[in-house]
Amino acid sequence: MFSGPRQRGLRLLTHAEWCGVPSEADIISTVEFNYSGDLLATGDKGGRVVIFQREQESKSRPHSRGEYNVYSTFQSHEPEFDYLKSLEIEEKINKIRWLPQQNAAHFLLSTNDKTIKLWKISERDKRAEGYNLKDEDGRLRDPFRITALRVPILKPMDLMVEASPRRIFANAHTYHINSISVNSDHETYLSADDLRINLWHLEITDRSFNIVDIKPANMEELTEVITAAEFHPHQCNVFVYSSSKGTIRLCDMRSSALCDRHSKFFEEPEDPSSRSFFSEIISSISDVKFSHSGRYMMTRDYLSVKVWDLNMESRPVETHQVHEYLRSKLCSLYENDCIFDKFECCWNGSDSAIMTGSYNNFFRMFDRNTRRDVTLEASRENSKPRASLKPRKVCTGGKRKKDEISVDSLDFNKKILHTAWHPMENIIAVAATNNLYIFQDKIN
Amino acid sequence: MSAEGPEAASAEEQKEMEDKVTSPEKAEEAKLKARYPHLGQKPGGSDFLRKRLQKGQKYFDSGDYNMAKAKMKNKQLPTAAPEKTEVTGDHIPTPQDLPQRKPSLVTSKLAG
Repeated sequence: MFSGPRQRGLRLLTHAEWCGVPSEADIISTVEFNYSGDLLATGDKGGRVVIFQREQESKSRPHSRGEYNVYSTFQSHEPEFDYLKSLEIEEKINKIRWLPQQNAAHFLLSTNDKTIKLWKISERDKRAEGYNLKDEDGRLRDPFRITALRVPILKPMDLMVEASPRRIFANAHTYHINSISVNSDHETYLSADDLRINLWHLEITDRSFNIVDIKPANMEELTEVITAAEFHPHQCNVFVYSSSKGTIRLCDMRSSALCDRHSKFFEEPEDPSSRSFFSEIISSISDVKFSHSGRYMMTRDYLSVKVWDLNMESRPVETHQVHEYLRSKLCSLYENDCIFDKFECCWNGSDSAIMTGSYNNFFRMFDRNTRRDVTLEASRENSKPRASLKPRKVCTGGKRKKDEISVDSLDFNKKILHTAWHPMENIIAVAATNNLYIFQDKIN
Repeated sequence: MSAEGPEAASAEEQKEMEDKVTSPEKAEEAKLKARYPHLGQKPGGSDFLRKRLQKGQKYFDSGDYNMAKAKMKNKQLPTAAPEKTEVTGDHIPTPQDLPQRKPSLVTSKLAG
């Protein structure tokens, strides 16, 4: 996607639009591929989960391009009201994380602000026929009338995909859950809210261990909150959490039961003379992701994406500007609250490229090896099935060239906060408000 | 025209102007302070964080709500007025109808 535009390009594979009566419930709030990349889960503001499955390219369907089709849809969370605290609990799905597949069924964790649920998604393509005690329509037979016994036979039926909640992990968070992360031990996971991080066992719902607590004794002294947390991909004792002050703490669960004291502290030194009213707000980290290798981690703050080497706490090894032109718009972005938007970021399977979203339905991709970057747009008008996405450019001042967009024409309501990259192939999923786009990098 | 005074003053002013020109961020900050002169001294501090922690606050009378539920058991709940900010007359508000109390940073800034 970074080399010559004529040879390769990102082509639209699938476009899905959440629509009904126009409502806020259709806004996609999380996107996540499973470990094989064959399934893509999405969550929305209405508490629903929609899972897409990749079509198997086969001889019987030679025209299939490996598109993603809807596989299962279910209501994961419902809106709740906490009468005691006079608090509305949104049903919006904040995060979905898949469990590694261990049998024919698929498992995922989905969470809203307060409750995490483990869902089992299984296929049923056979039905038993020929019961002894009941008729085909389910009516019970009179046992005294049965004169012969038969063995029920399994007959094929139309594929049915069922989702059922297997565990509900509730009542462990006073504040709003922003992250969940499955451990590499495949037995435990963590959940993080603004001030605390809890460790759960997937089998146990009535207990969780608190491993980080940054709540001050006096809330007046509150200076920072936890914004994201993730387990290390290979070391099951290591996790990181980021803060609203732009710092990341790495903790080792072997050192103590309560990981209030970090093992490593990552912070980029700031030039005090350049400090402004906005400095702390734009330094707040909205997402943190380990590389697949486990050697690096990436953080997203308002204007940039930074790659950190876990062995170096003093500063990031790479800084990529996402939309630096917004620095001269911070005043209005503060007034319309956009400055508080939480963008996510993701790695590709080989850790050679990273991707994150921006405004005006733009998203940015950075190739770490060639140092090239590209801005692309995810929108209906720009996604004809065969054409490859054209790079976009934002004009920052002076004369605007043809095809460029000026900063003032950017639509700040069209934000791409959630993106995901297939674990092995060059397939990306981009959520633009109530639209999901899946693009594939294909050679002509 | 004396040598020291005005020159020193204008050098300072020039440095300030340079700061604003070279740093778009500082120029934006000046703009914000011009619009909201009473803006708090600790922007990233407690007020901002406490707003974040209080998301979802709605003031709601459970007594009214439960009485309405009992009355409406056999009838269909009246749909909320399209104008969600006005809840008047016979309509008993339910949690869904209540307007989201969004503690806007802008107004709280003005309130000082």
